[in-house]
Amino acid sequence: MQVTVHYFAVLRERAGCSEAVVDIAPSMTVGGLYEHVFPTGPQGVLPVMFAVNHEYVQSAHPLNDGDEVAFIPPLGGG
Amino acid sequence: MFVLTPEPIEIDPIRRAVQRPEAGAVLVFEGITRNHHEGREVMRLEYEAYPGMAEAEMAKIGEQVRQKWPGSRVAMAHRIGVVPIGEASVVIVTSAPHRDEAYAASRFAIDALKMAVPIWKKEVYQDGSVWKNNAESMDAPGF
Repeated sequence: MQVTVHYFAVLRERAGCSEAVVDIAPSMTVGGLYEHVFPTGPQGVLPVMFAVNHEYVQSAHPLNDGDEVAFIPPLGGG
Repeated sequence: MFVLTPEPIEIDPIRRAVQRPEAGAVLVFEGITRNHHEGREVMRLEYEAYPGMAEAEMAKIGEQVRQKWPGSRVAMAHRIGVVPIGEASVVIVTSAPHRDEAYAASRFAIDALKMAVPIWKKEVYQDGSVWKNNAESMDAPGF
């Protein structure tokens, strides 16, 4: 099972890329994927929101094959 | 109209998107890039967005405005990429039958944008840079 992950702003800089295709286990949640990608958390605890297929979801949201995932660090628009 | 643009924001098309014969008030809000933050000189600002989701979240704000203030409309544009000091990073135009609703809708729209629209801002100083966090964003239910 594969999902596409988008990284933005501070997380993009820490990941070293803006987008990646990641192989995941079938029962993985979006919060589990975040811990998988950033095992110790990037520089400790960074508050983050999650989006799947352009909709905000909770960390317990289960992922499906082909999902578009985004880790959303604190916003700065305006 | 809910758009991201790398170019300087033109206000007229945004205003035209919400002007209606029944709207007695049209209000333009411009968010302008500042040359200082907490005593440090800001050289420039860089915005990035999540295309697709950002416009969709702006459209949701538009729908909320319609429901909260009947007869009102909102359109907005947010600039991405490098924005020189003194230029608009965001323009929000509201229209409503009367000015009270137009002012309320404008305030609601900018606050909601800061809380929910996936856009990020990097402030670049002489000696470094920082990704800025909106206070409204940190209060969002997801954090």
